[in-house]
Amino acid sequence: MQEWRELSSPKINDDLLKFPLHTPMWFWVAAAGLGTVIGAGTISFAIMIGGGLQFLGYNNQAQWAVLITNFVFWIGISHAGVMISAILRLTQAEWRRPVTRGAEILTVFSLATAMLMPILHSGRPWRTLYWEFPFDFSRAIWPDVRSALVWDPSAIFTYLLSSVMFVYVALIPDLSVARDRSLGVMHAIYAAAAMGFQGTKRQWRLQAIAGILLSALILPVFVSVHSIVSWDFAMALVPGWHSTVFPPYFVIGAVHSGVSAVATLMAILRWIFHLEDYITDDHFDSLGRLLVVVSTTWLFFFGMDFYYGIFSRDEMEIGIWNLRIFEPPYNVLFPLFLLTAYLIPVPLWLFRNVRRSVKWMFWTSICVNVGMWMERYILIVPPLSNKQAFPFSWVTVYQPQPIEWLLVAFTFAIVSTGILVFSKIFPIIPLFDIKEGQTLRRVVQVGRRTVPGVVRD
Amino acid sequence: MADAAQAPVQSGAVDSLHKWGMVIDVDLCTGCQACVVACQAENNIPLNTADHFVKHRAMEWIRIERYWEGEFPNVKARFIPVTCQHCGNAPCEPVCPVYAIQHSTEGLNVQTYNRCVGTRYCGNNCPYSVRVFNWEPHRWPESLHAQLNPDVTVRTQGLIEKCSMCLQRINRAKREEARQGRPMADGDLQPACAQACPTSAIVFGDWKDRNSRINRLANGTRAYHMLDELGTQPNLVYLKKVDPNYTGHGPEHAGAPAQHATRSLPVISG
Repeated sequence: MQEWRELSSPKINDDLLKFPLHTPMWFWVAAAGLGTVIGAGTISFAIMIGGGLQFLGYNNQAQWAVLITNFVFWIGISHAGVMISAILRLTQAEWRRPVTRGAEILTVFSLATAMLMPILHSGRPWRTLYWEFPFDFSRAIWPDVRSALVWDPSAIFTYLLSSVMFVYVALIPDLSVARDRSLGVMHAIYAAAAMGFQGTKRQWRLQAIAGILLSALILPVFVSVHSIVSWDFAMALVPGWHSTVFPPYFVIGAVHSGVSAVATLMAILRWIFHLEDYITDDHFDSLGRLLVVVSTTWLFFFGMDFYYGIFSRDEMEIGIWNLRIFEPPYNVLFPLFLLTAYLIPVPLWLFRNVRRSVKWMFWTSICVNVGMWMERYILIVPPLSNKQAFPFSWVTVYQPQPIEWLLVAFTFAIVSTGILVFSKIFPIIPLFDIKEGQTLRRVVQVGRRTVPGVVRD
Repeated sequence: MADAAQAPVQSGAVDSLHKWGMVIDVDLCTGCQACVVACQAENNIPLNTADHFVKHRAMEWIRIERYWEGEFPNVKARFIPVTCQHCGNAPCEPVCPVYAIQHSTEGLNVQTYNRCVGTRYCGNNCPYSVRVFNWEPHRWPESLHAQLNPDVTVRTQGLIEKCSMCLQRINRAKREEARQGRPMADGDLQPACAQACPTSAIVFGDWKDRNSRINRLANGTRAYHMLDELGTQPNLVYLKKVDPNYTGHGPEHAGAPAQHATRSLPVISG
């Protein structure tokens, strides 16, 4: 049983709306820091659009590399939102309440950022947008639906739209609170966004139904998105990519990195907003337990991928695994990835004291995501370097260029800024959800018995 | 308007008079690179500098793969000219999201440069690695500007290019055919690489012409398809090396020993 402190409704409002309604000094410092990275990233983005892909370290073999790795990484992170919100909401896990909105916001921003990568990564990005998204109806020219690159944007945009709706529906009651407590321009914005929410019985009912419906509808999308992203690779003829285990492997890997990212985000939010009353050690404990299960499942699928590779006895597949494990520079990367993604954090999470320590959870979850980034790199790049049956064109060394790292930093800055700005405008911890949780926990003393004060409708 | 949407995407869906192909005799190839140079000149391919090769960004529509065999001093060089195989069942075609790659009715795998957006998925999916991305804008020294071929599009930066089997020459020959009112003879039409090859290792022709030279060559026991096991049904046939003194384990890709070689002609449908 989790520890629980009764918090009054006005206190919740004060605590959670403090940041949206008052601006501390550090906000400007953080915004300036992130703004610098985004500025540098925008310049490199412009250089890429203007000068093409010649500035990347790519070559005729490694035609997809760091940017696609980063794309898969962010799509993976985005799986946190649904994992935490929809699944935990449907299973009525109480500890989810303060975590949900942060996770959903992480989903929205990481998805939007991830989509930048493949677009920027194509040779002529403006054409990619033109051909692939607003279909050229007027000339009866259609995209080729046989290509995984058409399935991919469809799945991601479905996910993005449904997560935006999901966030918005959950946000409406909080917007009405913010509307009642703000003045001036912000008041007008909140009032418009709250869509006249007054907290009547009917409105609450509709809001609850919409939330539950959306979480149920979003679940299939949750499974499909990363499966489809994995088909970008699994549908190809490249040895090491061409594997049927990829979809479940990618999905569970996404949950692994996504839930870790939520743990990181929760730790940061707790530190900067002093939310000790809301994000308690219990939450980290629960996230830690969840992570142990998820990461071990992920390790199983990783083992399966390796096993299928060598079980086929296909010379090329074995060659790719040989390259991944034994040949430089991957022989350094491979143990490093395995250590950071599993062997260091997971045994630590088995200890209760580690799970309940914010610091430890922060560093271990960062460690997981460093490892998972390397995992995607190892999955994507080595097979391309040695994909032919003939060794003539093999390229073992692909050297990422500074601009690629800058673009990677750019994506991290965009997501951080997105979350920061969002939490400046809207409460990052859902007020109404916390209050609902408080109400549901209230007990009434009837004679000698303690019974729940409220029964769920 | 509806033409593009209704165009056949599968090989052999529409009957046509020709099915172009090439036979490359590995035994005759001396690795002189004349085909590579001829291709550069014919198809407006920019010059490759040492830097391009160091960065593995060389732009070559046909390349000579060189393998060393044996230990010093008994070293032998083996050469395989590799270009687009114009697969009947091409792995590059279905992965393009924008239909930039189509199969022509004459068996060619044609790249529509205007539609290509440069996702490079086809480049990843090509087991022969003959699709090259132009990482840098094409530039030629001033002295070569008058040399550029007016029949060939100069590609803009950021798309995938590859061998077209000298489509411009095929079209010119067809115009000539119509003008003169008589069918072209086998050998009248040659792509740049075949024309330049000093040992005639590269032979171009029409699979539908029963008496064409390529049909005769491909009937021999030395014929094989490169990476046949992938089921790509290439339009190019290779003739394997003949080496009487050859005892070691050859390069694995050189196909089965001659006595086991099965003749595998490209499927001529329609």
